[in-house]
Amino acid sequence: MAKTKAKEKPRAKGELGWKEIEIGFFITEPGNSVEVRTGDWKSRRPVVDFKKCNKCTLCYFFCPEGCIAKNKDGFFEADLFYCKGCGICAAECPKEAIAMAEEAK
Amino acid sequence: MAKREGIEVSVAVGDAAMLSDVDVVSAYPITPQTHIVEHLAELVANGELRAAYIPVESEHSAMSACLGASAVGARTFTATASQGLELMHEVLFVASAMRLPIVMAVANRALSAPISIWGDHSDVMAARDVGWIQIFVENGQETVDNVICAFRIGEDRRVLLPVMIHLDGFALTHVIEPIELPDKKDVDQFLPPFKYPLPLDPKKPVTMGALGSPFIYTEVKWAQEINLEKAKDVVLEIWQKFGKAFGRTYSPIEQYRTEGARVLLLTMGSYSETAMVAVDKMRGEGKEVGLLKLRLWRPFPYQELRKTVKNADVLIVLDRAISFGGPGGPVCSEVKAALYAEVKRPKIVGFVGGLGGRDISMAGFAEMVERGMEIARSGSKREFEIYGVRE
Ligand code: SF4
Ligand code: SF4
Repeated sequence: MAKTKAKEKPRAKGELGWKEIEIGFFITEPGNSVEVRTGDWKSRRPVVDFKKCNKCTLCYFFCPEGCIAKNKDGFFEADLFYCKGCGICAAECPKEAIAMAEEAK
Repeated sequence: MAKREGIEVSVAVGDAAMLSDVDVVSAYPITPQTHIVEHLAELVANGELRAAYIPVESEHSAMSACLGASAVGARTFTATASQGLELMHEVLFVASAMRLPIVMAVANRALSAPISIWGDHSDVMAARDVGWIQIFVENGQETVDNVICAFRIGEDRRVLLPVMIHLDGFALTHVIEPIELPDKKDVDQFLPPFKYPLPLDPKKPVTMGALGSPFIYTEVKWAQEINLEKAKDVVLEIWQKFGKAFGRTYSPIEQYRTEGARVLLLTMGSYSETAMVAVDKMRGEGKEVGLLKLRLWRPFPYQELRKTVKNADVLIVLDRAISFGGPGGPVCSEVKAALYAEVKRPKIVGFVGGLGGRDISMAGFAEMVERGMEIARSGSKREFEIYGVRE
């Protein structure tokens, strides 16, 4: 499960410069897919209205990226480093607590 | 001391792979490559060569099997031609991008249709951009030497790339030539055992062929390009070392009687042999003609080409393939691109000829030189001309 982080990380380890590419672009570290910023595709991001949310966990289970986690107040939030902006969480939320906001740039 | 003896070039290619202690051979037979892989199959079956011979149902599978073999760190060899090379096509890109130093002999042959089993370079030109090191040879000895060099070049830690050795189908593969097969102990000394730095190994797992998203693909491709460009110096270094060890040195563009030449002819592969005799004859008639034999096709030797042609007035390039609807033969087109920015450069004339096994005789080369000089003087209506076509 991904760690909860509201803010996007800066350059990730996976975002190597060309000189840092391993021979044949091989991956030598097991499990390093967590370093891949799948979030760079998204054109919209989920924004949760915690006043509407009843913590039902549906968004958590439906997210195909597995990037939604419980925050310290027990609400469910996406890690935007991984969130692809597919909108499934927003579509599935029974409380219509999730809005998909346009990405700034 | 190695003996020089008459041997069919295809058989010698197999012997060269055996001398190089190849671990795995996977191939699918296709004319005119067949004798190479038949011989290797025989050597393995007779127990003379301790290697795994993997028979497969197609060239696509052959190259895929080679990929896997090379990835575990096995020294891997294959051979193909023509349609076979094209059937491998997508896997060729994977081999180079994954930096797997497979060595492949390509018995250059025309492409269908119409079906032609005879030689030209349309197969290699269609595989020009696959990221392999590509070397052309013109006789049996060069083939043997370069197969051995290919393993050392490809497996060098600074390179780690697959290598194609291009030898013309029939004109080379099926002829018996005097060839000196080096002694095993000398090859052993020249060619260290293969040790791939990141092999597939359950004790130290790696992922090969992972997804490269838009954020990393450009970096990966640039690293690949720079690596192939840099490989040129290693190729030159290893050819020098081979020369020291065996007395035969190779270079990316070989010059034949180019001193003071106003007109230069550029060829690749076995036709260079005929062209040399033609140049001798023209020189005898007082014509200032010389020959360039382009040996290193990839990475392309830009600096060497520029240096070699700068004092000539006319450069005549013979292609044995057509880039259909394009600027002419692929070799001529690259030569033009390489010289475009040069202040002092010869006029470049492109011919296509020798397609599908059509012979070009000594007189043919002389004719081409005459016509080339005429085009250089007064131009042609076409971007390139075809030699020897019937009206
Ligand atoms: S938008 Fe898609 S990827 Fe992002 S949190 Fe929602 S379900 Fe997951
Ligand atoms: S699906 Fe909606 S209501 Fe349920 S936890 Fe997620 S945001 Fe809250």
